[in-house]
Amino acid sequence: MGKYKALPLLCLAIPHPYLNSLPSMLTWLLDPLNYEFMRNAIAISLIVGILCPIVGSYLIVQRMALLGDVIAHSVMPGLSISLFLGIDILFGAFVSGILGALTIVLIRAQSRVKVDSAMALTFSSYFALGVMLITVLRNKLDLDSFLFGDILSISVADIWRTLVIAVLILLVIKLFYKELLFYTFDQTGAQAIGLPINAIYMGFMVMITLTIIASMQAVGVILVISLLVGPALTAYLLVKELHQMMLLGALFGVVSSFTGVYLSYFFNLPSGPAIVLVSSSLFLLALLFSPSQGILTRPNLLFRRRRQ
Amino acid sequence: MSIVLILFSDFMLEVQQLAVNYRGIRGLDSVSFRVEPGQLVGVIGPNGAGKSTMFKAMLGLIPKDRGVVKYCTCPLHQQLERVAYVPQRSQIDWDYPITIWNVVMMARTRQLGWLRKPGRSAKELVKTALSQVAMYDLRDRRISDLSGGQQQRVFLARALAQQAELFFFDEPFTGVDTKTEAIMLRIFDDLRQQGKILLISSHDWGQALSQLDRLLLLNQRLIADGAPYQVMTPENLQQAYGATLQTHWQPRFDSNFFC
Repeated sequence: MGKYKALPLLCLAIPHPYLNSLPSMLTWLLDPLNYEFMRNAIAISLIVGILCPIVGSYLIVQRMALLGDVIAHSVMPGLSISLFLGIDILFGAFVSGILGALTIVLIRAQSRVKVDSAMALTFSSYFALGVMLITVLRNKLDLDSFLFGDILSISVADIWRTLVIAVLILLVIKLFYKELLFYTFDQTGAQAIGLPINAIYMGFMVMITLTIIASMQAVGVILVISLLVGPALTAYLLVKELHQMMLLGALFGVVSSFTGVYLSYFFNLPSGPAIVLVSSSLFLLALLFSPSQGILTRPNLLFRRRRQ
Repeated sequence: MSIVLILFSDFMLEVQQLAVNYRGIRGLDSVSFRVEPGQLVGVIGPNGAGKSTMFKAMLGLIPKDRGVVKYCTCPLHQQLERVAYVPQRSQIDWDYPITIWNVVMMARTRQLGWLRKPGRSAKELVKTALSQVAMYDLRDRRISDLSGGQQQRVFLARALAQQAELFFFDEPFTGVDTKTEAIMLRIFDDLRQQGKILLISSHDWGQALSQLDRLLLLNQRLIADGAPYQVMTPENLQQAYGATLQTHWQPRFDSNFFC
């Protein structure tokens, strides 16, 4: 599917007579762009497709993927309260998401409860509270669109907000890449050379929460974890360094969300699930055919098995 | 002459009454010792004796209950840039997507400072360190492809590239091959010659025991401190290991104790 994306650019480079041989494909690609809602959907899917895998790579290598899920579910109470108070939902969702993450830190620090159980309890509780508040506070909120995303109702203001968040986060990652690499690889070692690990941890929480809020409208709070983890995990199977994982993951993210939006348009499918399923299909392909780690293509697999 | 002596004795690592409690459990009980520059100090004790805990508490990585750890008369945790700490290999996720070269480059993170990228001198240091542990040819490999011994050598190279004055190695001999062990012992000796302070923990020292200047026998408290042969006496070992001693000196010890 990825090659279709490059076609419009390709066409510009081709001499005029050849252009006539591609009209149906071109119409197929360009037709949706006549509608503003599709232009907006494509714009936000590109931003989110780049941002999510880059932030998600950090979640994967720290074995904290479920933390993304926790924060995503934890934004619900904040959404409801900020709608009720008439303040910006960004603010409420942010505070609420951070509180969810801190709840886990608190439970872990103060008891022997293991992190997976703490996460399961925390995210379901915050989610329940959110759904409860939406009813109690009589929010005029389409629950479905928050749970599963509604990429076709994105406004230009939404795009700008997502773009600002994305640029900020990517800038921070670029500037502190060296420190974040050390921290995520060897936390004790990072502490032992004097890096401020608590500040870095808080920074991660903020980064993940903002990423989720930025992506919420595109894929919804339940499915955002898939965009955080899926494309980056696909890349993880194909490369050997973190920055490569981020870049290739971003490419897969863009391809997934772009393809998902088009599928959604042409076949009248829900956009969030379409994006997620494309991303998961890419992962499946990598799992089967990765040159170094693919189930079917792993070098010397049979040989190694026999030797053991 | 006297000034030189004072300066020299200033470069001393001093641990006073270090105590650690972890959720109500005594981890370390009032440990005190001093190490002078150029000393290779081994730390031995059974599993759970507090060897890792002591290293971490000394560096301020875990909160201590009581006690002071000083280097050059200042608290050690305020001068971590002078310390190279090598954690146990089991603490690391070796499937992390990173190459050997970039693991060793991490050593320069603190010295480079925030927002700066490694320049030529940092690259030279990393190259030298990798060559010293015979890993330079594998520098572009992903760390998941390495054997246990090679992993340990990568961490040793990272410690070397830090250009530290104090070195803490937590169980570096666990699961390594003889080649790695030989390289490590040679480098430990080099560092000692350069006047560095080395603290190395191991639950089983084997033949390497003879290379140590000093041995600390630990089980929550410091049971013995001195030359290896002074420390490894049946009485001390009985105190540290109790009746469940499971090491190569067991037969001799049993006969001493039960007859």
